[in-house]
Amino acid sequence: MSTNSVGIVTPHKFEFTDPITLSSGAVLPRYELMVETYGSLNADKSNAILICHALSGHHHVAGKHAETDKAAGWWDNMVGPGKPIDTNKFFVIGLNNLGGCHGSTGPSSINPETGAPYGSSFPVVLVRDWVETQARLADRLGIQQFAAVIGGSLGGMQALRWSITYPERVRHALVIASAPKLTAQNIAFNDVARQAIITDPEFHGGDYYQHEVVPRRGLRLARMLGHITYLSDDGMGEKFGRMLRSGEYKYGFEVEFEIESYLRYQGDKFSTRFDANTYLLMTKALDYFDPARHYGGSLAQAMRQAQAKFLVVSFTSDWRFAPARSREIVKALLDADRSVSYAEIESQHGHDAFLMEDAPYMAVMRAYLNNVAKEIV
Amino acid sequence: MATALTLRPDLQHIAAQIPAGTRVLDLGCAEGDLLAWLQAHKNVRGIGVDVDVNSIVACVEKGLNVIQADLETGLQSFEDGSFDYVVLSLTIQAMHNIELILQEMLRVGKVGLVTFPNFGFWENRWQILLGRMPVSETIPYEWYNTPNIHFCTVHDFARLLGKLGMQVEQQIVLHQGERVEFWPNLLGSLALVQFSPAQ
Repeated sequence: MSTNSVGIVTPHKFEFTDPITLSSGAVLPRYELMVETYGSLNADKSNAILICHALSGHHHVAGKHAETDKAAGWWDNMVGPGKPIDTNKFFVIGLNNLGGCHGSTGPSSINPETGAPYGSSFPVVLVRDWVETQARLADRLGIQQFAAVIGGSLGGMQALRWSITYPERVRHALVIASAPKLTAQNIAFNDVARQAIITDPEFHGGDYYQHEVVPRRGLRLARMLGHITYLSDDGMGEKFGRMLRSGEYKYGFEVEFEIESYLRYQGDKFSTRFDANTYLLMTKALDYFDPARHYGGSLAQAMRQAQAKFLVVSFTSDWRFAPARSREIVKALLDADRSVSYAEIESQHGHDAFLMEDAPYMAVMRAYLNNVAKEIV
Repeated sequence: MATALTLRPDLQHIAAQIPAGTRVLDLGCAEGDLLAWLQAHKNVRGIGVDVDVNSIVACVEKGLNVIQADLETGLQSFEDGSFDYVVLSLTIQAMHNIELILQEMLRVGKVGLVTFPNFGFWENRWQILLGRMPVSETIPYEWYNTPNIHFCTVHDFARLLGKLGMQVEQQIVLHQGERVEFWPNLLGSLALVQFSPAQ
């Protein structure tokens, strides 16, 4: 394993027995969160960074669980000793959000009241509910204030929400490839994905666990659609073009083009490791996010609550969370007279660019976080 | 402090024009030298704008607030009247939409500060007289590789301001960092113009 890896890590499960009332009004009497941490918390607990994950992310941000793991955590290029989110300086926390399917309480967990999986009875969770559970996790760890809350995409929405709901608990918010709310087009993509899952005959209204089946076809389609929107036309063209697997047309409906093969592979892989109900929940959390809604539709008014300093980053070829949406966040922060820097990174990797190792992107993150580290005595 | 010593001569003159404690927008801020100096010495609240990501990295390293944006499309991110001073140093000669940027400067700020190479400088005139495109200290490029597309003289710039309903508040013409009081449009290679809406 490379020297700038956090190495072998072990996740921990945190149990919360104080009931939580969710935005929908539903109450969860108890829940668990799967958490992974890297680096060490300093004596005055001022060097903590919270990493908020996106739609399909989880607590396993960096390092490996075993030497034999094929892949490292989902943001291993960003988090580690000497990396932009430097675990020599910061205590970094990754968690699987409530409703997830990687060990935190979610639809596939057993409901203690019934002894059966929650399934369709698991409540809808919003970004603000996640922030609430993350705040409780911070309380548990004795962290009064985060040096930074960082997230890409749906994770960026959590960072924004943190800065609004708990202004005094966030010194810096890093909002990457995100948006202040989804557009109609974006919600539309999410709904097609949800419909693919819900109309799968094996979905059983969300209670497929009892039937010992998985709505795999639906989840696979949802992921394939998602993947198309996370890449750019140019990026896809460069990687796959019109390449054929066998070199010639077969005049049928089997896999012929490399892009078809790639999407099916991604869809298949995803459908075996992700829970369909969690996918539905995550997309709904995206759709509902709109912090301006509680401030007369004014995002600037919402951002006036914040005390954090902000770094906003977008990527030129990202059309799912386009630079224009990040500019809305920047404008609101400027209008609210908040401290903000904004980088618009040239990339052809589309929305996925926020997970890629791109030199200027890494340089901006490193430069910003170096200064965050300097504030910590 | 190192920044005081290394500040480019035109930036030193700009810095001298800006009162302490003001809100400053630096357009085409490059590596943020001016803003860093102003924050350290005059306690200004500054924001930089630059199109180049390397400039963004450099400014973020200095702990400055900086926005990556293309000035050619205007300053949509900024509200009317949100700054006291808006600076555009040695950038305007390379821009397409000069009228737009000048109007935008006085929309978002009260006072504009622009520096540009004075095309009326005698060395430039002399080289044209000899039948060549001028190459000089403030115009260091050859005609075939220059980013500059809109040259003007000190007089030309003042005329454009007038046309746009703006007025020159102060004009400082420099050569090799020194102020030129005598025949500035002939003997100065660099102009600094402070302007505001015409009364």
